Amino acid sequence: MPKTFIISALVEHKPGVLYKVSNMFWRRGFNIESVAIGTAEQEDLARMTITIKGEERDAEQLVSQLEKLIDVLKAARLDPQKAVIRELALIKLNAADPKIRSDIFHYVEVFRGRIVDVSPTSAIVEIVGSKDKIDAFINLTRDFGLMEVARTGETALIRGPESVRIDV
Amino acid sequence: MPVYDILLDSKIRHILVRHEQSAAHMADGYARASRKTGVCMATSGPGATNLITGIATAHLDSSPIVAITGQVSTSQIGLDAFQEADMIGIASPVTKYSFQPRRVEDIPVTVKKAFHIASTGRPGPVLIDLPKDVQMDSAEVEFPVKVTVRGYRTDYKPDPEKIGLAAEILANSKRPLILAGGGVILSNASEELQRVAETILAPVATSLMGKGSISEDHPLSIGIIGMHGSKEANRLIYEADTLLAVGCRFSDRTTGKLDEFCPTSKVIHIDIDAAEIGKNKCVDLAIISDAKMALEALYGALMKTLTEKKNTEWSRKIKEIKEANNVKAEDSSRDLTPPKILKELRRILPPEAIVTTEVGQNQMWASLYFKVLKPRTFITSGGFGCMGYGFPASIGAKTAMPNVPVVDIAGDGSFMMTENSLATSVTENIPVTVIILNNRMLGMVAQWQRLFYNRRYSAVSLGDVPDFPKLAEAYGAEGLRVGSLEEFSKAVKESLEGEVTTVIDVPIDPEENVLPMVPAGYSLKDVIG
Repeated sequence: MPKTFIISALVEHKPGVLYKVSNMFWRRGFNIESVAIGTAEQEDLARMTITIKGEERDAEQLVSQLEKLIDVLKAARLDPQKAVIRELALIKLNAADPKIRSDIFHYVEVFRGRIVDVSPTSAIVEIVGSKDKIDAFINLTRDFGLMEVARTGETALIRGPESVRIDV
Repeated sequence: MPVYDILLDSKIRHILVRHEQSAAHMADGYARASRKTGVCMATSGPGATNLITGIATAHLDSSPIVAITGQVSTSQIGLDAFQEADMIGIASPVTKYSFQPRRVEDIPVTVKKAFHIASTGRPGPVLIDLPKDVQMDSAEVEFPVKVTVRGYRTDYKPDPEKIGLAAEILANSKRPLILAGGGVILSNASEELQRVAETILAPVATSLMGKGSISEDHPLSIGIIGMHGSKEANRLIYEADTLLAVGCRFSDRTTGKLDEFCPTSKVIHIDIDAAEIGKNKCVDLAIISDAKMALEALYGALMKTLTEKKNTEWSRKIKEIKEANNVKAEDSSRDLTPPKILKELRRILPPEAIVTTEVGQNQMWASLYFKVLKPRTFITSGGFGCMGYGFPASIGAKTAMPNVPVVDIAGDGSFMMTENSLATSVTENIPVTVIILNNRMLGMVAQWQRLFYNRRYSAVSLGDVPDFPKLAEAYGAEGLRVGSLEEFSKAVKESLEGEVTTVIDVPIDPEENVLPMVPAGYSLKDVIG
């Protein structure tokens, strides 16, 4: 049974690096679910959070192949039990019908989301949480006017002082 | 152009090629023969893309080269300018690293880093893509004496605890076998390898890339393992209880069907590249280390662990199997057969002579029948299997080792792919000997069609052209055709004394197969022939 693994990688924040990393995913045939990337604790570093579906061995190989890339300074698997894992999604819904509009407000509350934009016919909902929670919300709203979805992919950090970082 | 202009005033020797692919192969051959980093350079666009085949060849065989390509000016990058090609995009998957300095100030540190990365750790090709305006620009620059590249591991020492474990496993093993890969040659670990093998009386099989890591005259050498491996190696791998694999990546050509590759033995894997651990073969003990350092440490640990000479029964068996196969090998009554030609060549050449090969039957015959006695004297495109490699690589090797005879064992098909390097070898005065095992066929493909496609030959016949001796003469080289083993010997000896490249055309039977052979995807037990 394939499992989902989360890998945190610290990479050089410069042009071409994203290409080289994603090219490696393709070339080595990894089944990547999502990649979230942004500036890390230092300006010249970026953190990539990669989720991959596969066997234990695939996750180990991915970490080794990442670390082999010279632009990757460090890569490590995160234990989901010991990490904070979050994803942010923006979801645009058709909210022209007043009945549906009130349903949306209700669901957003249940999912602890926020309405971040409203027009006479639409609403954008922001939800932060696990991938499953966002999937559940999207599935729920699919039948009444799901218009557009933008997700960041999961990003994560290890709980406590342990870190995937480099000494400066 | 700006770089070439400056080159006129430099001490660097420039060798002009007739096709860029050959330039990359020459740099590669130079590197493999000498342990130094080879350099090749090409113009932007088509010149640069022509290098790629040679760069990919060096990449799969971990050969240190630095490839420099021209690029359009920084302001024109991305605009599909004349002779623009995205070299970073194209080269990244087939290089260890690729640079594109965007400021002239970055050039010294980039070049220094390129050589550092290419030549250390697991070696490999590095590309420097140099935009035109950066070439034209000038600045006050500093030349760094040393560079560090963060994110690049430079500590290759083995974990002593794991070395201890490995020594224990090997000391308790009754039938150990060593599989030596190209990493042993790259790290210059032949002596250490031999010492470990002799200590535990383990037979040493090599991958194609590891050929020469132990002298093939050594009593413990059992030749190449794999698709065209020796019978002894492909058999003994199933009898071994412990496999010590050093500097090899368990490629499909080496292991055959992976699930059935030494299924019952314990496997210890030493490799400098952590990503090779578990990539193809799951192992019992992995040691991430430089091969030389690991074997040295392992020898030390074995000396402490081992109390007496052991495995004498195992080594007797190895001797018996080797002798039995030796007798069988001498049965052909015909004269110019590849095994006889290659054994004769070995007899003629001094041990330090360098042999390169093309790709196909010629290469596999060479690997089976030409005994290599010293590391770095057998140069072949193993991983990429790149036809056209051998001849330019021989020119590169000869450039690095001008006092050593260099011979390219070629097939007619492969040789034709880079034959225009004759112009380079003649005009640059780099004499080598090319031996064409000429079956007027793409012989390896023909062999597969003969064995697996019911002799339905499709697109393999090359006809009777060209006349190779005449072709050689047209380029100002020496051309000879031989009809017997005696003539062959004479021609080779003459060529070694000659001052110009010699092409020796050796007609062979087109029906000749390379045997033994394990069909692709089969277990090494399923040997044909």
